[in-house]
Amino acid sequence: MSQNTMNLKVKVWRQKNTNAQGAFVTYDVAGISDEMSFLEMMDILNEKLITEGGDPVAFDHDCREGICGMCSMYINGKPHGPWQANTTCQLHMRAFKDGETIVIEPWRANSFPIVKDLTVDRSAFDRIIQAGGYISVNTGNAVDGNSLPIEKQNADDAFAAAMCIGCGACVAACKNSSAMLFLSAKVSHLALLPQGAPERKSRVLNMVAQMDKEGFGSCTNTGACEATCPKEISIANIARLNSEYLGASLSAE
Amino acid sequence: MLDAKIPSGKLDDKWVDYKGHCKLVNPANKRKMEVIIVGTGLAGASAAAAMGELGYKVKAFCFQDSPRRAHSIAAQGGINAAKNYQNDGDSVFRLFYDTIKGGDYRAREANVHRLAEVSSNIIDQCVAQGVPFAREYGGLLSNRSFGGTQVQRTFYAAGQTGQQLLIGAYQALERQVALGNVTMHARHEMLDIVKIDGKAKGIIARNLITGELEKHFGHAVLICSGGYGNVYYLSTNAMGSNVTAAWKAHKQGAYFANPCFTQIHPTCIPVSGDHQSKLTLMSESLRNDGRIWVPKNVGETRKANDIPDADRDYFLERRYPAFGNLVPRDVASRAAKERCDAGFGVGTSKQAVYLDYAAAIERYGKIEVSKQGLTNVSHEQIIAMGKEVVKEKYGNLFEMYAKITGENPYEVPMRIYPAVHYTMGGLWVDYELQTTVPGLYALGEANFSDHGANRLGASALMQGLADGYFVAPYTVGNNLADEIYNAAIPTTHPAFEEAAKKVAERIATLKNINGKQSAESFHKRLGKIIWNECGMSRNAAGLKQAIADVQSLKKEFWSDLRIPGEINEYNPELDKANRVADFIELGELMCIDALTREESCGGHFREEYQTPEGEALRDDENFMFVSAWENKGEHEWELHKEELKYEVIQPSQRNYK
Repeated sequence: MSQNTMNLKVKVWRQKNTNAQGAFVTYDVAGISDEMSFLEMMDILNEKLITEGGDPVAFDHDCREGICGMCSMYINGKPHGPWQANTTCQLHMRAFKDGETIVIEPWRANSFPIVKDLTVDRSAFDRIIQAGGYISVNTGNAVDGNSLPIEKQNADDAFAAAMCIGCGACVAACKNSSAMLFLSAKVSHLALLPQGAPERKSRVLNMVAQMDKEGFGSCTNTGACEATCPKEISIANIARLNSEYLGASLSAE
Repeated sequence: MLDAKIPSGKLDDKWVDYKGHCKLVNPANKRKMEVIIVGTGLAGASAAAAMGELGYKVKAFCFQDSPRRAHSIAAQGGINAAKNYQNDGDSVFRLFYDTIKGGDYRAREANVHRLAEVSSNIIDQCVAQGVPFAREYGGLLSNRSFGGTQVQRTFYAAGQTGQQLLIGAYQALERQVALGNVTMHARHEMLDIVKIDGKAKGIIARNLITGELEKHFGHAVLICSGGYGNVYYLSTNAMGSNVTAAWKAHKQGAYFANPCFTQIHPTCIPVSGDHQSKLTLMSESLRNDGRIWVPKNVGETRKANDIPDADRDYFLERRYPAFGNLVPRDVASRAAKERCDAGFGVGTSKQAVYLDYAAAIERYGKIEVSKQGLTNVSHEQIIAMGKEVVKEKYGNLFEMYAKITGENPYEVPMRIYPAVHYTMGGLWVDYELQTTVPGLYALGEANFSDHGANRLGASALMQGLADGYFVAPYTVGNNLADEIYNAAIPTTHPAFEEAAKKVAERIATLKNINGKQSAESFHKRLGKIIWNECGMSRNAAGLKQAIADVQSLKKEFWSDLRIPGEINEYNPELDKANRVADFIELGELMCIDALTREESCGGHFREEYQTPEGEALRDDENFMFVSAWENKGEHEWELHKEELKYEVIQPSQRNYK
């Protein structure tokens, strides 16, 4: 419970807007407690910048408990920083040492244009969902929830895939900026459930087409996505996606 | 007296009769009707999906970068429904009764009964959408129990029920976007309601990326923007959760009901210092096995594990032998505060109590030993086996605690403290979820209607989805049926121009203060005032002081605020300043409401009104009403009352001893 304080340097990517030229700027932050969260350290930096008449660093964040998927920082060369299975907002300053320089960048992918500083535009993910990431059932059409028993293993696997928080770390981690882990998590979630069966083929074909249209790169199975995913979404989902896609392509007219 | 327009007839028949007789809009006309939905949490996303499916032209707005981020996503425990799948005696009536009683008899019977009636439909709808609820080996849905009930009616998806329900609603919403029925405006914030001839006819929204003000017309406007817990600065809400949309509605004539009814959740990870930006909840389920205690002696310096049992005060077990560690949220929170205020708190801040798993670990270890028929087992082995059992039950929560605090909760007791979690108060709505402004509705946590003075666990998700999927599509339609003769109003109408001008002027005024202090620093100070005087316990002198303090903070805010950057660009500090300005005004009203309600009920505890044992003392004679506040100008509100008539349930005093 004893607090240690640190003095750090943060080297942050600053970029005024989508079209502006960006650059790294280094700031000193002093008196950082190791009990702080990483974003609280950023709050202190911003408070200092505002008081000094400067422009605070823009970054996305909201729930600060690792579930909304809004925070998105590339910290010392890793999406969401050094801890495993973790989001930026849950990273704490214990992870760093006094005197260290921390390098902070936005997600880098052509399909995620920079809005300002560390904030990027991830609306491509919403458009991929619009292409078929749902089950077409209007409100009021449902039968009793227990009329359709689902094997526990399938339900658990579907849940494990559905835990994706849509943060985009998988894309940021991939050297090809591929969105395959994100896409495969949604395809798996719905393909594993009987409710998803009627649209199974069209869903995977349409979602993949939309992913390509958004300009995400191809998957070369390096596994960087799985290694950085804060929710530990398994790369096995990509294998399932490939088999779903192949099956759907072969049987399509 | 306010009229809630509750349909006549027997309680069980009201909603059925309403649906059978409400006006309808034919499909061709629906295509001409525009509906604005502000917020895309469970209430907003489900309403947008359901209204889009019906064929209305829906425009949905959220301040986040995607509708999937809304804070409903963070709900852990589950969602209640009167399915009675466990055959344990549940029914619509019992869910209704538990909710009314849990709310300490300050909720409206007709609304709560409707909520219980549609609860089953919600589960069916979510299953059909592919929400992966927890299941048993037989493939059927699993249930668990929650506080304030004696049946197992809570459906869940591990500790991420809110996430899974929101993703379900989000996908349904995105499907309507793909079909062209819903237009989604992410990274937009509603900054005013536009009224024409006394009716809500649209909104002014700021595009948060460009700073541009946009005018949007709607035949109806639905506020689904969540609660206002962030008025306290520190809460379990998301950083962006705010009262702005609801507050703008209030300033345009919508009454604000029971603002002082706020829920403080007993088990959260405590504040570690002034840098703290938010608080994290530790699920209520931990109180099933954990024991809560503080040292018996003020100034205790020993480490928790070195303090012998004789020097520990298990204060919940001592004060409430019948319910022990499982008393309701409001009671547990107050008891922890009482001990800390008396100087018995633990940790560096002394604002924490222990939640101890040592006894549970040992107990589970011994059970394992006897289950496996082992003999000659060492104490260490028993503890190791017990830890495995606890890990299986609560592993993810223990992990989260370790990540945040850097301590191992399997070895040392967790430190916990109550934190702001939910707000029962909100915009006053009638039976149709319509506010006092015609055409303006409020759904989910943004309204006040279903939870009285205290919400039961796993009921927030139920209410958000009930309002959005199953109530609003009928009640909004009933009123839109009268609007089919009115064509869409172009946003060049003077009312839109004038509203946009007012918003622009306010933003310019804020920006031009050019003071020294950040919006964040004002927010922190506001939070401290409200937390200290209008938090877990309140008294007249403190509330009066708080009102004066908030008023002077408001003056300071409007004369010394600094917003960096420009108006016409992406400027999160400007967004924050807009929200803090509204929180300050709300803070004043909360204190006024708490001062006026001279009784204790649910989450509202007035120190002057307690039993000799220190329990909440309700005053049904004089306060069996909803306080609905009408804004009359700067620092001025007029109180309107909605009398609460209990026709089916007989109110009684809660007792947990």
